[in-house]
Amino acid sequence: MVRLLEFAGKPFVLIIESFGKVSLLLAATLAWMIRPPYRIHEIFKQMEFVGVNSLPVVLITGAFTGMVLAIQTYYGFRMFGGESLVGATVALSMARELGPAITALMVTGRAGSAMAAELGTMRVTEQIDALYTMSVNPVQYLIMPRVVAGIVMLPILTIVSDFIGIVGGYFVGVGLLDINSGIFMARIVEFVHLSDIVNGLIKSAVFGLILSLVGCYKGFNTSGGAAGVGRATTQAVVISSVSILISDYFLTAVMF
Amino acid sequence: MKIQLSNVCKAFGDQVVLDDLDLTVEPHRITVIIGESGGGKSVLLKHIIGLIRPDSGSVYIDDVDISVLNDRQLNEVRKNFGMLFQEAALFDSMTVGENVAFPIREHTRLSKEEIDGIVEEKLRQVGLKKVTGKMPAELSGGMRKRVGLARALALNPKIILFDEPTTGLDPIRRDDIDRLIVKTQQLTGATCLVISHDIDSTFKIAHKVAMLYDGRIIEYGSPEKIKHSENPVVKNFIEGKSSSDQRLADYV
Repeated sequence: MVRLLEFAGKPFVLIIESFGKVSLLLAATLAWMIRPPYRIHEIFKQMEFVGVNSLPVVLITGAFTGMVLAIQTYYGFRMFGGESLVGATVALSMARELGPAITALMVTGRAGSAMAAELGTMRVTEQIDALYTMSVNPVQYLIMPRVVAGIVMLPILTIVSDFIGIVGGYFVGVGLLDINSGIFMARIVEFVHLSDIVNGLIKSAVFGLILSLVGCYKGFNTSGGAAGVGRATTQAVVISSVSILISDYFLTAVMF
Repeated sequence: MKIQLSNVCKAFGDQVVLDDLDLTVEPHRITVIIGESGGGKSVLLKHIIGLIRPDSGSVYIDDVDISVLNDRQLNEVRKNFGMLFQEAALFDSMTVGENVAFPIREHTRLSKEEIDGIVEEKLRQVGLKKVTGKMPAELSGGMRKRVGLARALALNPKIILFDEPTTGLDPIRRDDIDRLIVKTQQLTGATCLVISHDIDSTFKIAHKVAMLYDGRIIEYGSPEKIKHSENPVVKNFIEGKSSSDQRLADYV
């Protein structure tokens, strides 16, 4: 009986243990944000990697998300003559939900996985130990800049995604489906409030924290050579994506 | 600087790696710790530089017990260390020059020109020229180790640790690295601690040799003393004999 309970409880113990370790890593990262040296150069380097280099994929996914939303809502709304609301629906969906979520999932696949792979390789080739021996704290040198970049760049990418999604929706709605341009825009102005956009951006900052912290945690604690790096990368993407979608629900429930 | 370990115990789960280990490393000398692969040599080295803390016992660096220091104090002590890792552990996102300059940039306020000068000097010291702009991936194993040593020497350390420096090199490169270790010690006067299972290299470079077995130092002394040790474990290790009596030919 005890064995059965042990067996059944083990996954929960592991989850709670991991959660505790990630929380400790977060606390250490936050502490290093306010302690010098501030690693401005490293932070900008990571902002370029997480933000600027993710721009093409965010532009493409954002545009097509807006376009497909416009088509779907158009055919739905046409049934009761509500085509004029397509613009507002696209804009609201992008700002409140799809902009932050799609951007976060894309950046997880591109940058979160790269963080896990890079730090994991540094761990198994003793580069992280080398930092310690040179009296440089790896949390401050490697993890803090990545987490700051995640928190800062995700909202910026989300703004881009929101905008390009609406542009995509406009292109399909006005250009292809003949919705009146003035009505399309007027409904957006009427229904989308600043709070919708701001709350979406707050969500995306939280997603940025999740994907960078999980990527760094998995990479930093890699063991077992090349196979270990592969495992860490996969786990980082899966755990980040699931955590982003779960936290999305709770954040949305609280905010809207 | 003197290194002293007293009653150091370390276990990972059920596996006891260091068992009440005592060792004193003489200052300004080359001490080589020999022992079987997986016998805890790297763990011992990581205790000395504070990467692993002992379960019990103490690690003294010049009479300071580093096993009780906090991270900040430990970092101060580590500035006296240089370490050459087994695979050199160069930062592969940086050039050779940036790798060697890294500890100098982190811990001094020297100008770029001054740092460049030191980098050139340290690379010359390990026998490398015109490699500052190259990436570590472009270098051979032997060259990477030289760059690793140049980086370890960047802050003029008083203690230099070598983690299996000749592993994975051909006999010529091995000899090169051996000479480099001796030359570096003579030039800097640093306390050098080498861990190795390479017997030829050990007798070529060591002032003192310690044999680690079963979590303890079972023999310590001059290379001559180790060569003529009566301890069967030491004897077998030096002669390259497995503990099994069966001849290899019997398996064929």
